[in-house]
Amino acid sequence: MPELMSTVDCLHVTIEIGGMPVRVNTTDAGFLGMLEDRYAGFVGSSDHPAVEFDVDLANPESADPNADVRVTQRAGRWTLERGDFHAEWEPALRRGRIRQTANRYSIDAVLRIVHTLVLAQERTGLLLHAASAIRGGKAFLFAGVSGAGKTTISRLAPADATLLTDEISYVRKRDSGYVAFGTPFTGELAKLGENVSAPVSRLYLLAQGPANRIDPVPPGQAARELLANVLFFAEDQELVQRTFHAACEFVERVPVSRLTFVPDARVWEMIG
Amino acid sequence: MSRLYVARNTRVAARSLGGEMMIMSGKDSTLFTLNQTATIIWQAADGATPLDEIVERRICPEYDVEPAAALQDAEVLARELAAHGILDVSEDPIRSVNPPVNPSAGDSR
Repeated sequence: MPELMSTVDCLHVTIEIGGMPVRVNTTDAGFLGMLEDRYAGFVGSSDHPAVEFDVDLANPESADPNADVRVTQRAGRWTLERGDFHAEWEPALRRGRIRQTANRYSIDAVLRIVHTLVLAQERTGLLLHAASAIRGGKAFLFAGVSGAGKTTISRLAPADATLLTDEISYVRKRDSGYVAFGTPFTGELAKLGENVSAPVSRLYLLAQGPANRIDPVPPGQAARELLANVLFFAEDQELVQRTFHAACEFVERVPVSRLTFVPDARVWEMIG
Repeated sequence: MSRLYVARNTRVAARSLGGEMMIMSGKDSTLFTLNQTATIIWQAADGATPLDEIVERRICPEYDVEPAAALQDAEVLARELAAHGILDVSEDPIRSVNPPVNPSAGDSR
């Protein structure tokens, strides 16, 4: 007699970024392997994930990853959608569901958005368009829009610097300052950051120019430029306000300078 | 002539950084930096104090200007801030009264 029922193995991987474990459940071994490979160095073993997602590998209605992201909240349930994924998440239950095809870019986007929402809600940190690296036990951030030099400064980093990311930096408030964590979110360098952390010593706002120099930036200007580099997606007034205050607090606690540099390794003589 | 009352809109976030008053709209994330006159009005906009009193007590002594001219400018400014959703403006006292902000602590959460 043929079996009427078969069990489906539930596979999972825990991805820990910024000290926050996110468990991803799937029934597809190939997808699991892709996640373990994609997030190598960030795979954890926590039994108490902050968030748990079940992934349905299915075609969303459209599969355009260039479509606008929409992040909305209703009655405690967040909806995250882009052309290539649709996700629902209830923070109170710590559970969510993602519908996407088996690709790395969709879940990458969902993870980034979830981290920004958690940090904004708790007002404990920020994700920034910034490269970051540790040198001499201190973390340095290099913020700027596309083309400002994040990849260049990362590529020029000396051997004694540990790259945390060349694209998206993760900072969390700790004691009277901030700690920067490595992230797997990469830019043109396509190299995962190291999964380590260190106290943030300084934020540099990047500019390319004819000579290397460091100039002070007044707090208001620093906040304006920092806010322009904060990753934030939610259509939510309360979280917008929290993120604004989080960025201002960062500027009040962390020295901010403008780093104008020529693209050669000597710029790193000024950092550390 | 009717009096104008102004109140800080509670749907914006505000913070004083390095002497600059920065305000972000919660609705569309637009960031504003207020000039000194706008900052004085913002800080005094408690919904109960009429704008002419704010001008007379806070702006005229600071800038040595005629009250009538200063009030005219302040009304234009207040309506501009209201158009951006930063202030609420009314010809009657505004009930959602905000206490005046201490100029040295501009954090409005």
